[in-house]
Amino acid sequence: MPVKTLSDGRKAWQRRDSKSQLTRWFFTLIGVAIFVWCWNRISEATTWFFVWDAPSIAGDILARATPPRWSYIEKLWVPIWDTLNIATLGTIGALILAVPVAFMAARNTTPSTLFIRPIALLIIVSTRSINSLIWALLLIAIIGPGVFAGVVAIAIRSIGFCAKLLYEAIEEIDVAQTEAIASTGASRWQVMAFGIVPQILPAFAGISVFRWDINIRESTVLGLVGAGGIGLQLSSSLNVLAWPQVALILIVILMAVVLGEWVSAKVRSAII
Amino acid sequence: MLRLVELDKTYPTGDKALKSVDLEVPQGQVLALIGPSGAGKSTLIRCINRLVEPTSGSVFLGDVDLTKLGSGALRRERRRMGMIFQEYALVERLTVMENVLSGRLGYVGFWRSFTRRFPQSDVDEAFRLLDRVGLLEMADKRADELSGGQRQRVGICRALIQNPALLLVDEPTASLDPKTSRQIMRLICELCAERDLAAIINIHDVALAQMFVQRVVGLRFGAIEFDGPPDALTPDVLTRIYGEEDWEATIEKVEDEDEMVTA
Repeated sequence: MPVKTLSDGRKAWQRRDSKSQLTRWFFTLIGVAIFVWCWNRISEATTWFFVWDAPSIAGDILARATPPRWSYIEKLWVPIWDTLNIATLGTIGALILAVPVAFMAARNTTPSTLFIRPIALLIIVSTRSINSLIWALLLIAIIGPGVFAGVVAIAIRSIGFCAKLLYEAIEEIDVAQTEAIASTGASRWQVMAFGIVPQILPAFAGISVFRWDINIRESTVLGLVGAGGIGLQLSSSLNVLAWPQVALILIVILMAVVLGEWVSAKVRSAII
Repeated sequence: MLRLVELDKTYPTGDKALKSVDLEVPQGQVLALIGPSGAGKSTLIRCINRLVEPTSGSVFLGDVDLTKLGSGALRRERRRMGMIFQEYALVERLTVMENVLSGRLGYVGFWRSFTRRFPQSDVDEAFRLLDRVGLLEMADKRADELSGGQRQRVGICRALIQNPALLLVDEPTASLDPKTSRQIMRLICELCAERDLAAIINIHDVALAQMFVQRVVGLRFGAIEFDGPPDALTPDVLTRIYGEEDWEATIEKVEDEDEMVTA
């Protein structure tokens, strides 16, 4: 009990009583013990020789990678354009699919809590749980290598993310506004268009640019498995140890990501 | 015009919000519904246009029993009942004009409303109403840019553009300052008189109700405790509705009718 009466009748207060204090110490001790044991196991399994010379190897690679091979940029314009397109088209595709899923998943708009909502939630969880690289591997097997497989992989991967954030926004709307629209005699779809959509529009725009921003990063690696974009050049340069090319590719990717950040920041501040 | 017959509402939690309420409101009568918080005032109003489903009993608007209607027929009847809300319930991110025109949604098809191509007659009426409540130059402002009193006027326009037979008004002045409260109450009552509209107004402020309405109904624990003219509200009656308290200061004689409705 945090509050107890002292012998002189005053009341003393502590954050925790002595029993819960002891249990906290006990669990802290267990936590530390687990950490030490794990540290030992990892240490045994590590070839320390490779770790000790890591700084010199890294320095060696850095020396080989500089200066970047600037002339290689001519071969990168098309792949980076593909990468941006994969991210953009993938995001648009994801949003088109995510909107109905979100309305079916939100408790206040779902047509049926018993049947349709679980299906929508399943779509959200399953698309979110598989990495876009794995989606790309699967899709290359199905529709062949290339940009289109990348677009579809990004789209599928993003459905869950967009739908989840959107359905949370739908569940948080102000009910009074939708009631007011419904009380004028508006139909179900009109209540949606006039009562719900204006309320979730800022969230929708924020989610779209946020996901587009993430997808630019994700689409840069899709080429590693053959799904189009700049990742293809990255993997072939790595394979032949062409470090100056790798350096240039990383710089180009960085520029693309910075561009994405800048655009999404602009869009977000414009909406809110 | 409006007739409630043995209206009952029991919430799933077991709360009996309304107990066999009978009430008749003739055309053109403005009625104030008073009573302590939790007495069922909001439930009563919402059972009429079925934002809350009544448990049993009937609600007759003219000859139509609203409680028996399917969803399509209910939507058509809702067009005849304008509702005004406590926290205005405007769609915050739409413009004043869009909010007013949303009162016509029951008459306009989905695509026309979605693309905002409302009939010119509706737009004319919206401008006329905005002019009437003194907000003509605000038509293009977003609803969340307005003050409380201005928002409530937009709410009134949205209800009136429905061209309703009945106004359901839920605590119209609860979020407003005393002067704006009077202006809004005066505006509602004037508009009802102009259009020969019946209205049920939920209100906490007994003195304000006495100032403006022709009839007062007191609700206590979901049942009607008092039904009469405003000057019959004696301390004794208020004690029956609200419980023991010194009521002399609450009951005011209507004397200051000098204020003009200003923008």
